[in-house]
Amino acid sequence: MKEPQVEYVDTDVLIIGGGMSGCGAAYEAAYWAQAHNYRVVMVEKAAIERSGAVAMGLSAINCYMGMKWGENTPEDFVRYVRNDLMGLSREDLVYDIARHVDATVHMFEKWGLPIFKTEDGKYKREGRWQIMIHGESYKPIVAEAAKTAVGPENVYERIFVSHLLMDRDRQRVAGAIGFSVRDHKVFVFRAKAVIVGAGGATMAFRPHAVGEGLGRIWYAPWNTGSAYSLMIQAGAKMTQMEHRLVATRFRDGYGPVGMWFLLFKGRVKNAYGENYEETQAAALQDFLPYGDARPIPTPLRNHQMLLDKQQGRGPHFMRTDEALQALTAGLDPKKVREIESDGWEDFLDMTMSQALLWASHNIDPAKEPSELIMTEPYLMGSHASGTGAWVSGPEDVSPAAYHWGYNRMTTVRGLFAAGDGAGASAHKFSSGSYTEGRLAGKAAVKFIADHPDAPQVLDDEVASIVSDLFQPYRVFEENAAATTRADINPNYVFPKQALLRLQKIMDEYAGGISASYMTNEPLLQRGLHLMSVFEEDLNSMAARDIHELLRCWEVRDRVWCSEAHMRHLLTRQETRWPGYYYRGDYPQLDDEHWKVFVNSRYNRDAKEWELTTEPYIPLIP
Amino acid sequence: MPTYVNPDKCDGCKALDQPACQYICPNDLMTLDKALGKAFNQEPDMCWECYSCVKTCPQSAIAMRGYADVMPMGASLTPLRGTDSIMWTVKYRDQRVKRFKYPIRSTPWGSIEPYASLEPPSDARLGGPGLCGEDAWLGVERLPTPSP
Repeated sequence: MKEPQVEYVDTDVLIIGGGMSGCGAAYEAAYWAQAHNYRVVMVEKAAIERSGAVAMGLSAINCYMGMKWGENTPEDFVRYVRNDLMGLSREDLVYDIARHVDATVHMFEKWGLPIFKTEDGKYKREGRWQIMIHGESYKPIVAEAAKTAVGPENVYERIFVSHLLMDRDRQRVAGAIGFSVRDHKVFVFRAKAVIVGAGGATMAFRPHAVGEGLGRIWYAPWNTGSAYSLMIQAGAKMTQMEHRLVATRFRDGYGPVGMWFLLFKGRVKNAYGENYEETQAAALQDFLPYGDARPIPTPLRNHQMLLDKQQGRGPHFMRTDEALQALTAGLDPKKVREIESDGWEDFLDMTMSQALLWASHNIDPAKEPSELIMTEPYLMGSHASGTGAWVSGPEDVSPAAYHWGYNRMTTVRGLFAAGDGAGASAHKFSSGSYTEGRLAGKAAVKFIADHPDAPQVLDDEVASIVSDLFQPYRVFEENAAATTRADINPNYVFPKQALLRLQKIMDEYAGGISASYMTNEPLLQRGLHLMSVFEEDLNSMAARDIHELLRCWEVRDRVWCSEAHMRHLLTRQETRWPGYYYRGDYPQLDDEHWKVFVNSRYNRDAKEWELTTEPYIPLIP
Repeated sequence: MPTYVNPDKCDGCKALDQPACQYICPNDLMTLDKALGKAFNQEPDMCWECYSCVKTCPQSAIAMRGYADVMPMGASLTPLRGTDSIMWTVKYRDQRVKRFKYPIRSTPWGSIEPYASLEPPSDARLGGPGLCGEDAWLGVERLPTPSP
């Protein structure tokens, strides 16, 4: 193997990931950096114009208060999120996003994002927190602002960041290292503060389609969990890694259901025409007080549907036919056509394959209903789920135990997290993730102003990582001759094969779809054992080109996330989020003992995980 | 539904330093077959069907074919993306056709001035909770703090 070229990039602020939170961090950091002439650099494994979870577009902004019209207060939002998370959120973080998010959305509109309006000029609501957008170009617009803000010379695209680098003192982050996805080249970024704006983890669990449709999952398949793997390996304390999202969506295409539920007042019924939320209402009483909350918390709605399914009453249908017929009765054809167009736009702005699926099955939504299904689990901190780093909250809001100097700073000095990466503050969605990136971006500049000394990257560490990065090439070169068929070799596996092995372990032992989200201590112990053997075999992953090398490192990201997930699942001895997962050995919710955060820290010197609990401190009555 | 490339239309973006689809694909899927001089999807089962390549292809050479293990054959979904709107043509398996047009941007591309009309940053405000421009953008008089 040829030695790679190594390029060093010196910056003040380094932003890893150019999705919504990364673009927000770039916009905000570059503004405050002007006073000190600080450099702000973004690094992204794809092209920022279409990267991250919003690459494909969105049809709604799901986090908007509407404070200027007196629609909601941040306190209202905290109460909603608290119930949806079954009581456990960092309310200081949730509050902070809510109080800032409107400004972000107003900027988006000014920049050119088209937002639906009502006749009196307000944003058109899809639901209490959601507004409707023409969001096909949401990401390109946001990316334009970020790139203009930091300057195109500070945007490093098609570079996959594999590791954070630590200072000589091992306490402060010093930068990051990664490789080009286009050339045989390594980039070493030396920075005074680092913001992780990378994505949550898909495909740790086996999805429903395992052939060509493997990639048609609900969350973006390029979100491989580097938000977590990078910070775990740097020794940051993580929270709610046992949490997950299981989304109920249209079957096979995974198109959004929010508009159908909230705006079109669609009802979901089982195969026998029953509304399962009513027929399975008694199940909510097992999870009080949250079972009494309205709207019904997302995991509990899943729980009701799952029970209904297990009683043989599926499939479940979104009754688009009944909803559209009720909505359009007596309307003139022009108005009917507008409603039809809005219904299709919901898919065409953000999940085009759902529209293709309707066309493939000859489905006219006004005449026949569409099936729903529950997805495989995702680890993410931005939706109805709170996986991520344990971060400091804002000084003027947070209780002392939740504040350590800089907003959104992790327990590693100079390392900040936002979006999927910042834990215990769910329901950020696109606008909240961007806003959280802004909060981290400003705080990172403040951190550098207070600590202008540059941390030191260790040359030995860089050399060791550079060698590790290209190990899959060497494995292939040294072993290719052992077989006449490249994909069956006794001495290596390709990354796709490793991915499928990971998915099988997680699905069967950690409560995936084939296990109906059920696990217990013996299953998790066995799963962790299988993972430890699997992790040894990861050193035998082979790559023939840069694309496969990228996939090797993405598998490693997912493995870190999966191991953290299992260790957290094991620690929390209760079932707090039924419908997301069940502990068969602890089937009840147990507020008395477990209304606490489960946190972990990976000690990389000892190669051991330290699991702890942290108290939940309510902020809003 | 993975992308596929029509060889009669694809010219490998010879005039550019890399094919437009390769530049844009969020999952590193679209790449150039150097011998053929044409693009292809190198890992179809990792395709999210995000249509980024379809929308950007200057030759309209890229289309989708429904995932073989999921979708019945015969339907198609084709975008035509302009500077301020996008037109979709939905063709059903039974040959019914629907067309939809939606706005995508209300300002010219490249027109964003990130900090237009904002005052320059100061260290005094760097220590506070307010984000840049929030005085103008938040829409309420002051940044809320939790009621005691």
